Amino acid sequence: MLTCAEVTELVTSYLEGQMAWRRRMAFRLHLGMCKHCRAYLRQMKSTVKVLGRVPADPIPPELRDDLARRLVAMRKKDG
Amino acid sequence: MNGSERVRADDGALVARLIAGEARAFGELVDRFHARMVRLAMGFVADRGAAEEVVQDTWLVVMTGLEGFEGRSSLGTWIFRILANRARTRAVRERRTVPFSALGDGAEDGDSGLGARFDGVGHWSTPPRAWSEEDPERVCLRREAMEVLGRAMDALPANQRLVVMLRDVEGLESDEVCNILEVSETNQRVLLHRARTKLRTALEEHLG
Repeated sequence: MLTCAEVTELVTSYLEGQMAWRRRMAFRLHLGMCKHCRAYLRQMKSTVKVLGRVPADPIPPELRDDLARRLVAMRKKDG
Repeated sequence: MNGSERVRADDGALVARLIAGEARAFGELVDRFHARMVRLAMGFVADRGAAEEVVQDTWLVVMTGLEGFEGRSSLGTWIFRILANRARTRAVRERRTVPFSALGDGAEDGDSGLGARFDGVGHWSTPPRAWSEEDPERVCLRREAMEVLGRAMDALPANQRLVVMLRDVEGLESDEVCNILEVSETNQRVLLHRARTKLRTALEEHLG
């Protein structure tokens, strides 16, 4: 029987699909009985999805055009 | 994971337009990658100026090597691999920045930060707090939550930050991240786990 502490340590292996089936069954069995660990797993999935939506600071338009021109020049020099 | 950098059908088309010298394609390339390259470079080097230089070096390698892009990975993964190599080369040359392999295996930072939340037999004594918002799209609209997340990312050890950035922020596959950062699958998973654990806790403190 897995403890809640163990479930939180195994959650990434579970999400990565890197768990042997016996352990996976034990993990799911624990989830079926423990609403706190279900919440934890749900929040961990949300965290991962939020991270996938973090935007990078956009490049200012004037720098963008200047950089694009320099990239063209790099190609020409090379060719 | 968002899968944003799984092989994209239009990567090959964009590269072909670049090779053909189509001016607009260069603008599209910059729009798609430059900001993300700077963000990733900041994970390798100490300051923004150094990161910008790594990105400039990377652009030069990308521009001179376009013909070598074979589409076996996504264009983003290909560019990020070049960037990681440039950052490492710079670190060796200047000894100003620390190569990833010297950042430790993460074992020195083994505390998930959750230990205090369990009782003596490993059951929750302080269970996860319910979040006021769990829907990722709506969490993203909360500026404060995103600022909290950004600060928590900044506070991560460099190796954890690089792994979580490539895996979860950029959406690369684990084998690609292992390859780019030159870490084992197991080590990558440990670093990812520690980073995600702390980032969930940071969001819980704001949303819970």
